[in-house]
Amino acid sequence: MNTFYKKNGPLISTYFIIAIVFWLVFLIIIPQLYMLDLSFRPNLPPLLRGGPDDVHTLVHYKHFIFGSETSQDNYNYVDIGVFFNTIITAIFVTIINLCFCYPIAFYMAKVANPKSARLLIVSLIIPFWINELLRSFALRILFAGEGVINNVLIGSGLIDSAINFIALDIALYTGLTYAYILLMIFPLYNAIESLDTNQLEAAKDLGSSTLRTHWRIVIPHAKAGIASGCTMVFMLTAGALATPVVLSSPNTYWFTQLIYQWFNMNDNWSRGSAYSILLLSVSVVFVLLMMRLFKVKIGEIIR
Amino acid sequence: MSADVELQNISVTFGNFYAAKNVSVKIREGEFFSFLGPSGCGKTTLLRAISGFLNPSEGKVLISGQDMAGIGPNKRPTSLIFQNLALFPLMSVSENIVFSLEVRGVGKLERQKRAEELLELIALSGQGDKKVHELSGGQRQRVAIARALAIEPEVLLLDEPLSALDLKLRQKMRTELRAIQKRVGITFIYITHDQGEALTMSDRVAVMNEGELEQVGLCDDVYDYPHTPFVATFVGENNAFYGKVTSVQNDLVNVESSGINFFAKAGKKDENSNHSFSSGDDVILFIRPESIFIKNDNNKLDNTFTAKVNTIEFEGNLKNIYLKMNSDMSLKFSVPNAVDTSELSNNTDVELTFSSQKAIVLPKGALAVD
Repeated sequence: MNTFYKKNGPLISTYFIIAIVFWLVFLIIIPQLYMLDLSFRPNLPPLLRGGPDDVHTLVHYKHFIFGSETSQDNYNYVDIGVFFNTIITAIFVTIINLCFCYPIAFYMAKVANPKSARLLIVSLIIPFWINELLRSFALRILFAGEGVINNVLIGSGLIDSAINFIALDIALYTGLTYAYILLMIFPLYNAIESLDTNQLEAAKDLGSSTLRTHWRIVIPHAKAGIASGCTMVFMLTAGALATPVVLSSPNTYWFTQLIYQWFNMNDNWSRGSAYSILLLSVSVVFVLLMMRLFKVKIGEIIR
Repeated sequence: MSADVELQNISVTFGNFYAAKNVSVKIREGEFFSFLGPSGCGKTTLLRAISGFLNPSEGKVLISGQDMAGIGPNKRPTSLIFQNLALFPLMSVSENIVFSLEVRGVGKLERQKRAEELLELIALSGQGDKKVHELSGGQRQRVAIARALAIEPEVLLLDEPLSALDLKLRQKMRTELRAIQKRVGITFIYITHDQGEALTMSDRVAVMNEGELEQVGLCDDVYDYPHTPFVATFVGENNAFYGKVTSVQNDLVNVESSGINFFAKAGKKDENSNHSFSSGDDVILFIRPESIFIKNDNNKLDNTFTAKVNTIEFEGNLKNIYLKMNSDMSLKFSVPNAVDTSELSNNTDVELTFSSQKAIVLPKGALAVD
């Protein structure tokens, strides 16, 4: 602390500390704690809040598992189904994203000359100047029944009738994969770039095939970057709202859409909070699993 | 098994720049061969061409007579030791050493056996489970050698692997490298800018400058009979006296430099013939610091001259004495530490002498810049 003050001077140091504490306490910790508390309270009209009925209860979590009391089913199959569908799809999207981004990141870091690497980075970034909602709508236009992709495929004679990309959720998966591509590429790029190129040549000189060099040298070196990219992409995908709203098929629900409904349309903030806490918990578990799987520490991920 | 390596008219260009220019040399089977030259002279380029990381723009690389064009580094019978060693930091020492066997699908038991053999060769038995960062600089060096030897290459290529070590360790590793080469009996091709390294370890050296081979020969030949002014000044130290030829008798050339007449041998042009000179030619006479003596009754050689002492530098085993002959010529000579130099105070004139047999005359040309 002392050295921090000495290094930055009193003014800047104080500013940093106030800004960070404000950010953590007021923008993250307090709202989340409030939501956590809210998730254990019944949904009451404003007048009754703080009254004798405002007690801690598991009713919202019970609702997630068992459904409403009037329902005929033993379990809340719809919500649980949406929840697991969201998590599993997010995991797949993360894996696809990793497979898609790893070659690009490796190419930028080790193969391309600096000039074309810069060009590639710029052309990856520029599309993200357009906001997420517009990008999703643009994809919807591409994937529509009479959209560009169908027209090209039919025009070239590859298919006879239009493919319903939206109903098959192909549009959704593409959109979700594309939405957070940068958050995968840059951690990978940073990690791979720091690998000594001589190691690649040494492996090759010792007779290693390209695949094995990646498996034994590049991937172990880049694992912190891989873990970091995967956790970010997973969290953001599982928590995405705009892309699923625009691109999902009518019978596919994303868990965030349920949360949104409880908060905004059903005006049940308590239940919305409970559902949010569930999503958050799974995301945290996923991060911990990734860290365990790749044997990395939290400090390495941030680096 | 060992192999010979032949470079046939190798040129490597980057745009208009020649990194290597028409290099031809034949490296014999089982030889310790060094490419010696200043940084940027193209020696690493040649090594990369031999190892297969770079395709020469022109010419051929032949290993055991077989053209290597189109054969990748992982398919050549060569192994390369990198300047920074490029050991794999996330693998143990043993895993590093037998990585080449792992990629060839050799079973675990056999890999272990081979790792132990190689660890013994480099005197690191029982340290195979350590991580690379737990080893000292010299140990890492030896691990890199073992890793390169694991596939039993026919040619081992070394890219200045000792340059990161401190002086003592470097000297020790020279002896060790030489001993390992004798033991395994394969061809070593060594790249260095350090002439001490090249001369102590090699059977033959090739001196390079600006992408071209200046001279290829046995170490003592290169030192005693440099073919060009560059070699004369890059390998070891040399005093250069610029002058003009006044007369030539047999192999002895009479050179006039700053009003003094010197006699010296005509330098060699190549292995078989000497340079021939005629009166009026612009030449440089080279005489090494250790071949100049203070003239006295015991030491009277066929060249004598006078110079003024400028500074005396103490170098441990030697004393270096810098002198000025006139405004634009200075020279250096060395005497063993035991020699009494108390009479040589600054600005005193001293009479010096050297043998014409130790001096060499070469046509005027570029010196190695320090």
